[in-house]
Amino acid sequence: MDITVNILLTIATAATPLLIAAIGELVVERSGVLNLGVEGMMIMGAVGGFGAGHLTGSPWIGLLAAIAMGALFSLLFAVMTLSLATNQVATGLSLTLLGLGLSGMIGTSFVGQPGVRLPNLDIPVLTDIPVIGKLLFGQDPIFYISIALTSAVMWFLFKTRTGLTLRSIGDSHTSAHALGIKVIRYRYLAVIFGGACAGLAGGHLSLVYTPQWVENMSAGRGWIALALVVFASWRPWRVLAGAYIFGAVWIGQLHAQAFGIPVPSQMLSSLPYLATVVVLVLISRNKRLTMMNTPASLGQPFVPDR
Amino acid sequence: MMRLELVKRPQRSALFSMLSPFIAFALTIIAGAILFALLGVNPLNAFKIYFIEPISQVWQLHELAIKAAPLILIAVGLSVCYKANIWNIGAEGQFIFGAIFGSAIPVLFPQFEGPLVLPLMLLLGMVGGAAYAAIPALLKTRFNTNEILTSLMLVYVAQLFLDWLVRGPWRDPQGHGFPQTIQFGDSAVLPELMPDAGRANWGFVFALVAAVLIWILMGRMLKGFEVRVLGSSPRAGRFAGFGLNRMVFFAFLLSGALAGLAGISEVSGAIGQLQPVISPGYGFTAIIVAFLGRLNPLGIIGAGLVLALTYLGGEAVQSALGISDKVARVFQGMLLFFVLGCDTLIHYRIRLIGLALTKQEPAAKLEAAPKLKEAR
Repeated sequence: MDITVNILLTIATAATPLLIAAIGELVVERSGVLNLGVEGMMIMGAVGGFGAGHLTGSPWIGLLAAIAMGALFSLLFAVMTLSLATNQVATGLSLTLLGLGLSGMIGTSFVGQPGVRLPNLDIPVLTDIPVIGKLLFGQDPIFYISIALTSAVMWFLFKTRTGLTLRSIGDSHTSAHALGIKVIRYRYLAVIFGGACAGLAGGHLSLVYTPQWVENMSAGRGWIALALVVFASWRPWRVLAGAYIFGAVWIGQLHAQAFGIPVPSQMLSSLPYLATVVVLVLISRNKRLTMMNTPASLGQPFVPDR
Repeated sequence: MMRLELVKRPQRSALFSMLSPFIAFALTIIAGAILFALLGVNPLNAFKIYFIEPISQVWQLHELAIKAAPLILIAVGLSVCYKANIWNIGAEGQFIFGAIFGSAIPVLFPQFEGPLVLPLMLLLGMVGGAAYAAIPALLKTRFNTNEILTSLMLVYVAQLFLDWLVRGPWRDPQGHGFPQTIQFGDSAVLPELMPDAGRANWGFVFALVAAVLIWILMGRMLKGFEVRVLGSSPRAGRFAGFGLNRMVFFAFLLSGALAGLAGISEVSGAIGQLQPVISPGYGFTAIIVAFLGRLNPLGIIGAGLVLALTYLGGEAVQSALGISDKVARVFQGMLLFFVLGCDTLIHYRIRLIGLALTKQEPAAKLEAAPKLKEAR
């Protein structure tokens, strides 16, 4: 029983950064912007979170720094694609390349340094309930943030007027603009929200998952988060499901390596990436369904005419 | 409060089309000076070490050519993809598979020698890169899968596969347990161009030839026209009878083959054996090269040399000033940012507007917008 609980706990820990980054990107893409820089913003969040935590000794300050770092970095993307109408695919790629380089440079002095870890929730009595106690009341704070964030985004997108406006911008920025909606302003806020989420996801990596700084420690999670959004057909609750499936794959291959299954460890390590490809194939096969779900103006630059 | 406004030009500006890479480079230098100053280094001194000292002697120019060759080879292939609006970002994986396929001959048949070995290796390298690039192309045409994500995921898979090969079945039994294959035999090594002057090998010639060939293809042949039409308007391309699916395969196979050729040239020329890591991110840096060269094969030659210099400069400042060689990555990323930003100037004029000062129509219209919303 304990083993099952422990496996479930590790799956949740592996799924949380994917979930947070993907939920942020979902909001960005719902507004019609494709930000391929998730990996870059995530790694910047990771290095910022680790650095601030390491220097101040407070993981909470680290957490805030991670969020701020992600948001600040996404602002760069926003200025380029929204104010200067650059190609979103190329700009997103360059955000990732710059983030990987910059984080490596900032983090040079952090390599091998001890990090700080966000403490798990510990409520007397409740956390001690067998089986469900640890699952419900004994996880790291970011886990709870991720669940709250998913619910909040679900509510915001589908139950509020502002959410409806955001979705309408994603489906037709010209119509939205003609109705007097400030397309660019909405998109700025969406992109910064996505950046803050990616930064938080990175902070989870360096403050909870493995509290230390390792270069390229995001290991493609930002890209998997992007794939999750497609997999989820731009629906928050499906992102949640997808993130946990991928978390399970990630943990499953680690456990398989630890058990010494007679398969090369490299093959097991490549499973999450191969699973991403397979999942994308399965979900994209139905062309009409994909077209119906994709925000119609996704990735297209918009310059308001006056 | 200041606000940016883009005003569409009636036609694209030829002037800025020429100037934008240079403006971008100048801006990168300025940003780099700030970066160096923040790191507590005298920017002028740092720039001398970064950009001038690495190319002040002949043998160093050879090193530059070694670094530039794979960048140019990969980038000219990618430029065809991007012109066609097809996003292959997995060149790093195709580079690795080219290296693996080509290395199969010297690793598995070390006794096989003679003048046939090298051409066969290069051919196999191109086949390997093209075959690996065919996967995202097939998935895109057959299952409508996003090629950006699949081609990138396959990079991680390729890196892990190479790691397994050199630690497992292909490991040199006499290599004292080091994760590497045997050293290639003499006939499997790409010859140096001028052995007396430096290490540069035939890979650089391949890169120049590929760039010129692609330049002819894109500018002088129907296929190049097809690429450009499908890239700028798939609908118009369909009416002209150009098939989008065929184009996806063409672009992926071509860029994959060139990345594969770059991979086997690097392994056979510069390294001489397979190792767990054979590329300092050439496949990704080549994306920057392609854009800095304005997706023009001849421009890409120049851009490839510039980006190669950022690698050498990174190594130089690391050893001379103790700054992390990651600074090269930062320079490359900034350069791409500025190039993309400057490209806006080709299609738009930029006006800075102080909101409080203007009484023109645009501002009035902007004020009216929220009222409209409230009225609803």
